Amino acid sequence: MSGNIKFIQGNEACAEAAVYAGLDFYAGYPITPSTEITEFLASRLPQIGGKFLQMEDEIASLCAIIGASLTGCKVMTATSGPGFSLMQEALGYAIMAEIPCVIVNVQRGGPSTGLPTHGSQGDVNQARWGTHGDHAIIALTASNHQDIFALTVEAFNLAEIYRTPVILLLDEVVAHMRERLVIPQPGEMPLVERLKTTVNEGVDYHPYLPREDGRLPMSDFGGPHRYNVTGLFHDMWGFPSSEPRAVHGLLRHLVDKIENRVNQLARYKEYYIEDAKHLLVSYGSSARSARHIVEKRRSRGERIGLLELQTLWPFPHEMVREKCAAAQAVIVVEQNMGQILQVVKLAVDQPDKVFLANRIDGDFIMPSDILNILRLIQGKGV
Amino acid sequence: MVKKAYLRERFFPHLWCPGCGHGMVLNGLLQAIEKMGLSRNEIVMVSGIGCSSRITGYVDFHTLHTIHGRALAFATGVKMARPELNLIVPMGDGDALAIGGNHFIHAARRNIDITAIVMNNRIYGMTGGQFSPLSGEDVRATTAPYLTIDPGFDVVELSKAAGATFVARTTTYHIQQMSDIIQQAILHEGFSVVEIFSQCPTYFGRKNKAGDAVDMIAYFKKNTTPIGSTAKKENPDLIERGVFVQKEKPEYCSQYEKLVQKAMKGR
Repeated sequence: MSGNIKFIQGNEACAEAAVYAGLDFYAGYPITPSTEITEFLASRLPQIGGKFLQMEDEIASLCAIIGASLTGCKVMTATSGPGFSLMQEALGYAIMAEIPCVIVNVQRGGPSTGLPTHGSQGDVNQARWGTHGDHAIIALTASNHQDIFALTVEAFNLAEIYRTPVILLLDEVVAHMRERLVIPQPGEMPLVERLKTTVNEGVDYHPYLPREDGRLPMSDFGGPHRYNVTGLFHDMWGFPSSEPRAVHGLLRHLVDKIENRVNQLARYKEYYIEDAKHLLVSYGSSARSARHIVEKRRSRGERIGLLELQTLWPFPHEMVREKCAAAQAVIVVEQNMGQILQVVKLAVDQPDKVFLANRIDGDFIMPSDILNILRLIQGKGV
Repeated sequence: MVKKAYLRERFFPHLWCPGCGHGMVLNGLLQAIEKMGLSRNEIVMVSGIGCSSRITGYVDFHTLHTIHGRALAFATGVKMARPELNLIVPMGDGDALAIGGNHFIHAARRNIDITAIVMNNRIYGMTGGQFSPLSGEDVRATTAPYLTIDPGFDVVELSKAAGATFVARTTTYHIQQMSDIIQQAILHEGFSVVEIFSQCPTYFGRKNKAGDAVDMIAYFKKNTTPIGSTAKKENPDLIERGVFVQKEKPEYCSQYEKLVQKAMKGR
C-alpha cells in the first residue's frame, strides 16, 4: 500500500485509471456530469505523449476513437445521457466492426435534458439496448473510487479481449463525490494489450476470421495488412455480405462471444449473504446506502445482506439466482423505476419475493428510504 | 490505364449502375495515386454511407466504411493517431453536407490534413432518388414531386468560409483535371476539399429528363468553365471549375505536436 494516495472525484479516479490502463487516445465533448474526465485528460494526455481531441459532438467523439483504435491505440470517450443517446449509432458500429473501445456514461436524470446536475441510474437499459438490432454488450459499474479505478482498468482489458466496446456506467453521485483513492503501483494490476496477428506480410490475413478460442487478432491501420472495416454484415475479409450463412454466423459470433461468457464476466461483491433473510441487490451509488443499512442492521443481529453488482450486462442470471435462493425477500435498490428489478425478477425462482426500493426525484437514495421499504416488507409499518 | 494493383478484384463487379459517374471518380483518384507513387500501405480511405461510399470496398488500401455522415470524424481519429498516413475521404453530397455537414465544417476549421472528395450527383441514389442539400431549387426527386424549394449549398463557398485551405471543383467530363486536382489535394498539407460533379442517370437523370449518362456528362462540359475565363464573364451562369483556394496555414496534427512539447515542458 505504498501507492500514490489521492483525495479526488470519481471522475478523476476514472481518468487516472484510464491512464494506468494505457489510454493512448481520448476524444470527448463537454457534458455535465462527465466533463471532469475530459478536462483531466486534456491536461494529462499531452504530457505523456497521448492524443486528446475535443470533437464537435458526442457521436463524432466516438467515431474518432474508433478510428484511432484501428491504428492500435487504446481509446476512450466519456459522456452523459444526452450524449450517450447521440452516440448510439456509432456504438452499434463498434459492436459490428469489433472495435475495442471504452465508453463512460456518467448517468444523470432523464429523459431528455432531464436533471443535468443530479444523480440517476436511468440509463441501465439504454446501455443494454440503446443501439438498434440484436447484439450483446458489456456494461460495468462501481460504487466507490477504488472500485471505479479497478473497473475502469477492467473495462480496457475486456475491450481488448473481446474486441468490443465496453460501457462504464457511473453516476453523478460517485462521479462528483470526493474520497480516497490509492493508485496502484505500475504492474500491480494486470493489463491486457492488443492481440496482434502473427500473419506475415504478403500472406492473406482474415481480419474477421475468429481463432478457435473466438478471439480475432488485429492488424493496425498503416501496417502491412490492408483490409476493409464496415458496419454492414461482412465476411472474413470484412467485405460486405448479405449471404445468409455469413449473416447468421456473424450475428451468432457477436452475441455468443459475450453471452456465452456470462459467468467469466460477472463482477460483484457480497456482504453477509450466507444466512440473509432479507437480501438487498444494488449497484453504483445506491449500493453505498444499501451497504450502510446492512452494516447497521447486522450489528443489531438482523439477518440482512447485500449483493453489489458490478457487471450489469451481460446480466449474471445464474449467479443472482443462486445468491437470492435462500432469501425470504430480495430488495433491489436503484435510482430508476426498476430497470435491474425486472432482470432480477427474471433470474430468481420466485419473482413475487422481489421488491423495489427506489428514488426517481433526483435526490440520492438515503438509507432511511431503504429502511422504510424494508419495514413495510417485514410487516412493521413505517 | 490505372494499375490493377490498387483494386480488390475479388470484390468486383461493383454495385454502381451503368453510366454512374462514381467509377470515373475512382479512375481519376487511382490515376492520381499512381502518379504520386504512393504505397498502398500509406493510404487510409474512409467513407460513410451511400453509393459513393462503397468506393472504399474496391480499393486495396486500409479502408474504413463507416456510418452515414460521420466519415470525417472517423478519419480525424485515424489521422490524429497516425499523422504520417494519407487520409482520403470520398463522400456523397447528402453524406458530406446533410447529415455530415457538422463534421465537414469542423474538419475544415481544424485544417486537419485530410482530402475530402465530394462526389456530387445532387441526389440520394442508394435510397432511390430523394433530393439532397446540393440538389438546388426546381429539381424533381421522389421527395420533391412538385420540384424542390430548397436552395443548395455552394460547396466551394462553404468550404472556404469553414477554413479549408485547399478548395477545388471539377467534373467527370474533365478526368485529366480531376486526377491533377486530386493529386494536388493529397499533396496539400491541410484540409482539402475537391467537389466533383458526378452523374446519376438512374435517378437524377430520369427524374429530371436530363438524358442518359453521355448527355449528363456533356452537360458538365457545356455548363462549366475554368476559373476566371472569358466565357464566365460573358455568361455568369456558367459554373467555374479549377482550384479556388490553395493556401498555407498551420495544420492540426503539427499544431498538436507543438502542444505536446508545451505540455511536456510544463511538467
